[in-house]
Amino acid sequence: MIEIENVRKSFGPLEVLKGINLTVAKGEVLTVIGGSGSGKSTLLTCINGLEPIDSGRILVDGVEVHAKSTDLNKLRQKIGIVFQQWNAFPHLTVLENVMLAQVKVLKRSKQQAEAEAAKQLNHVGLGDKLSVYPSRLSGGQQQRMAIARALAMSPDYMLFDEVTSALDPQLVGEVLDTLRMLASEGMTMICVTHEMKFAREVSDRVAFFHKGVMAEIAPPEELFGAPKDPELQKFLSATH
Amino acid sequence: MRGRVPRIGHSCILPGAAMFNYNFRWNQALNSLPQMLEGALVTMEIAILSMAIGIAVAILLTLFRLSGNRLLGAISATWVEIARNTPALFQIYMVHFGLGGFGVHLSPYLSLLIGIAFNNAGYLAENFRGALKAIPETQTRAARSLGMSPLQAFKNVVMPQMLRISFLPMTNQMVWAILMTSLGAVVAMNTDLYGVTSELNARTFRTFELFALAAVIFYVITKVITLSAGLLAARLFRY
Amino acid sequence: MFDTSLTANDLIFLAQGAGMTLVVTAISVFFGTILGIVFGVFRYQVGPWWAAPLTFVLDIFRSIPLLIQLVLANAFVTTVLGIRISGFAVACGVLSLYTAAYCAEIVRGGIEAVPQTLRRAARSLGMTWGQDMTSIVMPLATRVALPSWIGLALGVMKDSALVYIVQVVELLKSTQILITRLQEPLFLLMICGLFYFLISFPIARFGGYLEKRWSND
Ligand SMILES: Nc1ncnc2c1ncn2[C@@H]1O[C@H](COP(=O)(O)OP(=O)(O)OP(=O)(O)O)[C@@H](O)[C@H]1O
Ligand SMILES: [Mg+2]
Repeated sequence: MIEIENVRKSFGPLEVLKGINLTVAKGEVLTVIGGSGSGKSTLLTCINGLEPIDSGRILVDGVEVHAKSTDLNKLRQKIGIVFQQWNAFPHLTVLENVMLAQVKVLKRSKQQAEAEAAKQLNHVGLGDKLSVYPSRLSGGQQQRMAIARALAMSPDYMLFDEVTSALDPQLVGEVLDTLRMLASEGMTMICVTHEMKFAREVSDRVAFFHKGVMAEIAPPEELFGAPKDPELQKFLSATH
Repeated sequence: MRGRVPRIGHSCILPGAAMFNYNFRWNQALNSLPQMLEGALVTMEIAILSMAIGIAVAILLTLFRLSGNRLLGAISATWVEIARNTPALFQIYMVHFGLGGFGVHLSPYLSLLIGIAFNNAGYLAENFRGALKAIPETQTRAARSLGMSPLQAFKNVVMPQMLRISFLPMTNQMVWAILMTSLGAVVAMNTDLYGVTSELNARTFRTFELFALAAVIFYVITKVITLSAGLLAARLFRY
Repeated sequence: MFDTSLTANDLIFLAQGAGMTLVVTAISVFFGTILGIVFGVFRYQVGPWWAAPLTFVLDIFRSIPLLIQLVLANAFVTTVLGIRISGFAVACGVLSLYTAAYCAEIVRGGIEAVPQTLRRAARSLGMTWGQDMTSIVMPLATRVALPSWIGLALGVMKDSALVYIVQVVELLKSTQILITRLQEPLFLLMICGLFYFLISFPIARFGGYLEKRWSND
């Protein structure tokens, strides 16, 4: 379970998160929508401790992420994250990309790591690209590789930050299909996305962020069918 | 000697090799070739060792700079600036005679090796710094998000890319290292190619022939290095 | 450590050495740059094939130790040719060619960095080769080349420490002479190193600043 309690976060004078309260239960799929600069990415990077927070707290399975005593490296093994920008390690093959952290962080043996990597890459449909360097992959393939790389760490939670927004339209589908598959397998996920159709289909709940505030959160039928927040109404009419 | 017509078969193997009043005696120089080649081995040994040390120290200096610790950062910056802003000859001199002032007396070999390694490390650290700027921050972020420690992220993700970007500068530095071995002259180094050549010269006074031969050997060594670096790069960097 | 037996005369002696370093550097950089520009433009203009012999010769200067270049040149001129000539002249001659070899690369790189389209535009406006060169290529190539050229000039200053081998008493050599006499290596070396550093460091910084500023736009 991820519990976010009254989290505030500023970059200099700019307050990006203005007291967020949110709980994500095990097995839940939460999608986060909202305008650019509303603080969605920042929230995700705070959840796995890549960014410090100013006040409030975030608990993952009861462990406080930003407590001094927390071993972040250990915690991050539980929380996979895939970013908006592709960040394959260019000097490693696809297989090696997925093996690296398993060997270095989880201390798995090479064979174990390779087997797991091959399994996850097959899972996301890259079984035929194992020995290729990332520069030879399309954007969609790179994103799927990044998903496999995170999954290979056997995380309990997956965070996705607009994983399709840097992709050509014809490549969006393949990545969303991968996310759908994960959702149907019961993975706990937080997906920041601009794909409303996708949000409607897969989410248990949808959260709308506006200027650092979580303005509305509800199951998709409710949020899309009868939006209460005026900003959300504006946002939805603009995106349709 | 003056005005004497060179006799073929006397000491001159190249017909017509006399220029003006000077008799070239390539024979004599060529007879010394085995000794000079042994010197060339020492030269290469020093260059390779100094590069190995230099790369290791440069990586350390880069880590110092990245550490955010002010003292370590200052050490790194000082090292880099001294290495880059004083003559290599001065640096070698300093290792040999300067350390002598502290009661540390190093052999010519060690003085030369350490002096060149010091220079290599400074220049390479600066190169690494430039290379790091070309590696996006997202690489470290991605590595950290997979649970790697800062050091693991550096070692497994950032450093390999840094070394690739710096490969050409490293090759150039290796050539420099070879050329710098000649500076051992100031610390009475006499087993490297330059040292051997000048000892031979002191005995025979065939300065031009001997040093011309040494120049050819140096030239061949540097070309071999540049060529093999190219081949190595092709094998190493397939991405 | 600093109660030294260094006298005013010794300091003057060091200053003379420093002066020699600067003079040799200035002369070599001056002639080397002129030659380097000529070689660089030539190499660019005739293309890699026709420039191959020149490229080969210039590469030699960058592939054998400067110390050996100096010894060879000195031996060649004085014993082979039998010409009486000062070590100073040999030093300046060799260092000029040495500078030219590096400078030619820098110049060629600078010219190659000027976009072809820009030059074609200039020529299509009716500019002659010379006009194109002086009003389009030169200003733009200079921006690319100047930071490297500054680095080269500083490199030549540091490398000029090697001309002691042809009996030119420059800064490091005069330091060495004093060390032998006074037996205070550390103190004297520090003065000497400081001199190089105080000239090189600010200029190198300035070069870095130019490079950063010019690469941003
Ligand atoms: N490292 C940083 N330093 C300073 N400001 C930052 C930093 N990261 C984000 N910001 C600012 O914080 C605000 C929120 O950024 P965030 O990336 O969380 O928005 P977002 O909701 O993900 O937007 P988008 O949909 O464009 O990705 C933005 O105004 C952004 O400029
Ligand atoms: Mg974002």
